Formats: sequence, structure tokens, C-alpha cells
Amino acid sequence: MPGVDASNGAPAILDKDGLGQLIAALRTKGYRVVGPRSADGAIVYDDIDDIEDLPAGLGDETEGGRYRLRKRTDDVLFGYTLGAQGWKRFLYPPRQRLFAARRQGAGFQVEAEEGEEAPMAFLGPRACELAAVALQARVFGDKTFPDPGYQARLAAAFVVAVECGAAASTCFCASMGTGPEVTSGHDIRLLEIKGQRFLAEAGSDRGREILTGLSLSAPTAADLKMVAAARKAARAGQGRVLDRDTAAALQSMPDHPRWDDVAARCLSCGNCTMVCPTCFCTTVEDVTDLSGDHAERWRKWDSCFSVEFSYIHGGAVRTEAKSRYRQWITHKLSTWADQFGSSGCVGCGRCITWCPVGIDITAEVAAIAATRKGTQG
Amino acid sequence: MPERKKPKLAVFKFSSCDGCQLTLLDCEDELLALVGEVRISYFLEATRKVEKGPYDVSLVEGSITTPHDIKAIREVRRMSKTLVSIGACATAGGIQALRNFGSVKEFIRKVYAHPEYIDTLTTSTAVSDHVSVDFELRGCPINKYQLLEVLNATLNGRRPNIPRHSQCMECKANGVVCRMVAAGEPCLGPVTQAGCGTLCPGVNRACYGCFGPMETPNTASLAAALAAQGRSRDEIQRLFRSFNANSDAFRKEGDSHG
Repeated sequence: MPGVDASNGAPAILDKDGLGQLIAALRTKGYRVVGPRSADGAIVYDDIDDIEDLPAGLGDETEGGRYRLRKRTDDVLFGYTLGAQGWKRFLYPPRQRLFAARRQGAGFQVEAEEGEEAPMAFLGPRACELAAVALQARVFGDKTFPDPGYQARLAAAFVVAVECGAAASTCFCASMGTGPEVTSGHDIRLLEIKGQRFLAEAGSDRGREILTGLSLSAPTAADLKMVAAARKAARAGQGRVLDRDTAAALQSMPDHPRWDDVAARCLSCGNCTMVCPTCFCTTVEDVTDLSGDHAERWRKWDSCFSVEFSYIHGGAVRTEAKSRYRQWITHKLSTWADQFGSSGCVGCGRCITWCPVGIDITAEVAAIAATRKGTQG
Repeated sequence: MPERKKPKLAVFKFSSCDGCQLTLLDCEDELLALVGEVRISYFLEATRKVEKGPYDVSLVEGSITTPHDIKAIREVRRMSKTLVSIGACATAGGIQALRNFGSVKEFIRKVYAHPEYIDTLTTSTAVSDHVSVDFELRGCPINKYQLLEVLNATLNGRRPNIPRHSQCMECKANGVVCRMVAAGEPCLGPVTQAGCGTLCPGVNRACYGCFGPMETPNTASLAAALAAQGRSRDEIQRLFRSFNANSDAFRKEGDSHG
């Protein structure tokens, strides 16, 4: 039986074979498929050849400064919460050559970057991750001054979002209003309702087109009940909440004593900014070859936790860990709104999990909130 | 354009294993380009041919451990326009700086049949503890690309692109999963300067701190986290007391876990 017709956009059920067909169809269309894999003790997003690459039966446990993979009792393919790093590194690579130049007489000739990258298909972005992609798209100027590389990669990318059916203790997308339900930024959204069985819905014309070619069946009442239960669990299971009022007010508290407290713990290692799916800061490096006749300009991920980052003529502006942490969290949660019209945090909790000493953005805000209440009361 | 005069390059060795100067020979693909740009005037590990100073660029490997070393390094400084110390020995005293934490007299008595022949200092120290140094290139051993970058920058009169931030940033840029967070391993990455190319974390081993302290190492906070992992004071002290044991930050942290 050919199953249901997905061309009208109605939700349909995709089984394991159907997901395999989806991956194959994307590859046939020339997409480089990127999705979750188990590697080096974590879920990482990497190239996916077929369904066997997906981390069947694996889950994750996260806490401040702690991440562990664990075996689940079932064989679900997307039973983890989030990969160690997000999709940022694919849309916005850690190192990009901007251009090269060759000496010619007294001047130099600029050699433009060329070479087409294969379009990517992302298999597995969660709601918070798509919210982060949307935030970065705004940062990289989706209107007036677009970053051509970022915008081209994003426009070409095919997104198969996978909604969360559970949450981690470090999750707080619900309090940031970015999830757990996927509502935009996807071509197809899936929700795994039982081992390797998905509710599939198209979110775009090209998503609809691909879904139409797959073996689908109509969802049963039991399927829909499980979908509702999974969505409820993903919301209810979130272990953290961010006080958004206090977060927004951080820019008015540059002298709060909490900054000294967190500075004593903060390693200034920059892990939080590296794993943050919205952090976008870079440095630009010019390099020459030994002869000095050939030069290249590279853009590399940087972090507001490095001293060099705030270096201006004469020295670094933010010499203390206190000022660097304050800068990061205040920009993320407070001044980001002035700059880009929303909070810069999507509530994925990666900065909590991957901080080697477990500094918790929600706890820092809560600590400051407690003193505010004290002064207001 | 007139050919520029080739700068004279010298490579000197003090107390060390020679691994860092071998990094220069390890440049293989880039070696021909390098000798096209510099004149190797003094490099005993590579050639017996020796040219007198002064030298435009001197690479100095090894730590200062004898009275003779002190005289020799002053002479090297005098003969060098630019002096770059390379490796953990030259920039921090190396693994042999473990002697700084014990009794050298006792070591000599136990190791040598005729202690009276041994003329050594009680400490192993960095080159910069004795003469001014223009650039310190970290690592045990140094990274070949960083070495080329320093030579390259020096020859072209620009500042080397050698970051001072944590190893964590390099791990994340390379997509390496954190050993400390995901495996609970004791890792010095957060307080260690980047640059090795994620050699150990890339093969699922936590960072040994070969590149020495990063720019603002909060060793006390990391040590507290290691203690929370269940590491003993002795284990924590040993972590800090390795190739860069005598670097300021690691020495102080190690001492506080005695």
C-alpha cells in the first residue's frame, strides 16, 4: 500500500524505513546530510551516510559541568537531548578564509574565495537550535548587510527538525519561549513517538515535495496521543528556568557583587561561548607565507573571555574575569535585545553542561534576582 | 625589486631533549621554503657548518641548569638581534624543573658515583629568568605550525598570531568533545594555553598542560573542580607539576596542594 498522500501537508507517520528513504532522498538530491552520531563519549553532529549512523538507543544526562552518554532501555534514534555542539560550526565554520592576496610590483592582487560548497541537510535540529539559527541569521544581517557565506549556507540548507520528546536537567527553552515545539525554520519536522516511528509534517514546499516521495501511513489515534504526551513531557521535564525580568535588567547592574563571586569560579576558558549556539564573535588574522609575497586573511571564532578580544590601542579593556563574565551574560541576556530585538539566549543549557566548573547561567541570574527582591522589598 | 639579504638563523640548545629543535627539521614540506628565506648559520643538530654571530634570529631550546649555561645564554643574547625561546624547557624550566621542588644535593648523591664532578645549579629555570627574550614559544614540544608562524612573522616584521587563550577554545574549534565534562577526566585544558593542535584531547585523553599556563589561569577554581571529581591533593599537585611545573601559575597551584 502506498500509504498516505503527504502533498496536502497533513501529519503522517514515517517509520524507520521511511527515515532511511528520507536520508537517501536528500543524498540523491546532492545534500551533505549532517546529523547525530555517537563519538568520543558524546552525541556529535557529523556527516551521516545512512540510518545506521544514528545513535540508536543512546541518551544523555547533563548537569552543570557534567555530560554522560547512557544506554536507554529502548532503541529510539533521537533519544538524546542535544549534541555537544550545535549547528553553528556548519553554518558558521570556526575558521574561514576570507581572501588571499599576492604581491604584484608595489601593490597586491586580491584573489577572491571560490568553490561551491555542497548544500547541507540538517537531520535533528531541536526547537532551541532552530531558534539559535534564526538569531544568528539576524546577527549576520538577513536584511541590510548580509554575511554572504552564512546566508548562502543557510538558504541552501534543508532542515529536518526533530522535536524533543523529553528534556534534560539543563534545559530551559520553555522559559525562553524558544521550544520545545518546533514552529519555524524547518522544511520537515519529525517527532519520534515510539522506537523509530515518527510523526512527520512538512514545513515548506521543498519539505512537502520530499515527504511526498516517501512511504508514509496515516497516524492512528494512539499515535497522536503519544505525540501529545511527548510534547508535554519535553516541556514539563525541563530542569531549569531563567528569570527573564532580571536577565533583561542585567545591564543596569554593572557593580553587582555577584560578579566578584562568579569571577572566583570562572576559568575564562571560553567554553560557554564556543558551545553557545548564538555566540558569534570572531577575530581576523592576517597571515603571510615565508617570502612575504602571499598573504591570507582568516576569520576565526573568538571569545569575549580572551584578553585579546577586548584589546584596543594601548591594552585590553576587560582585564578581569569579572568584567569578561559580566560582558558575556549581560550581552547575551540584556543588551542583545537593544541590538537585535530579543534575548540572545535560547535556553539550550549547553553553557551550563560544558562549563568545566559548572557555572550555571540560570543560577547566576537567580542569585542576582534574589538580591533585587531584597532591595525592592 | 632587489633581493633582500637573507637573515641569519641560529639554533641553540641548553638543558633539553632536543625535541623542539627537531620540530624545525620536522617542517619537511616547508623546510626548503625556509632555507630559501634564511641562512642557517648555527644549528649543530642539523649541520657542522658554523658561522659566527651576530645572528638575526636565534631560537633557544632548553633550560638554564648550570653556571656555564648562565654565561652561555648571556653570550647568545649578546649575539642575537631577536631571541625566541622555544619549548617548555626554555620558557618554564621544563620537566627537569622538578628538581626545584627537591634537594639537588640529594639527587646528585644518589645518581652519580662521583658527585664531586657535578657542577650544577639547584634550579632549572626559563631563559627569560636570565636574559631578555623577544618571544616565548610554548609547548612540549612546540607545534611546527606555530614555529613557522613565529619565524614567518619575525621575517616579515609583524606580530606572530599565537593565541594566549585556553586550550578549550582550540578543542571546541576542532570539534573535540571535552574530556573533563564528558568523561570526568582530570584535564588542565582550561588553564593551559592553546596551540598543540588538540593532540591529546583529539585522541580521548585529557590535557597535560604541555603549553603552560594560559593568559589568565584560574588554577584554584580548576583545582576545586578536580577535587570535586574526587582527585586527591597529591593527584592535583602531580597534574600541575609536569612539563611546566616551574611556570608561575602552575608552581603556585602545585605548592598549595602539598
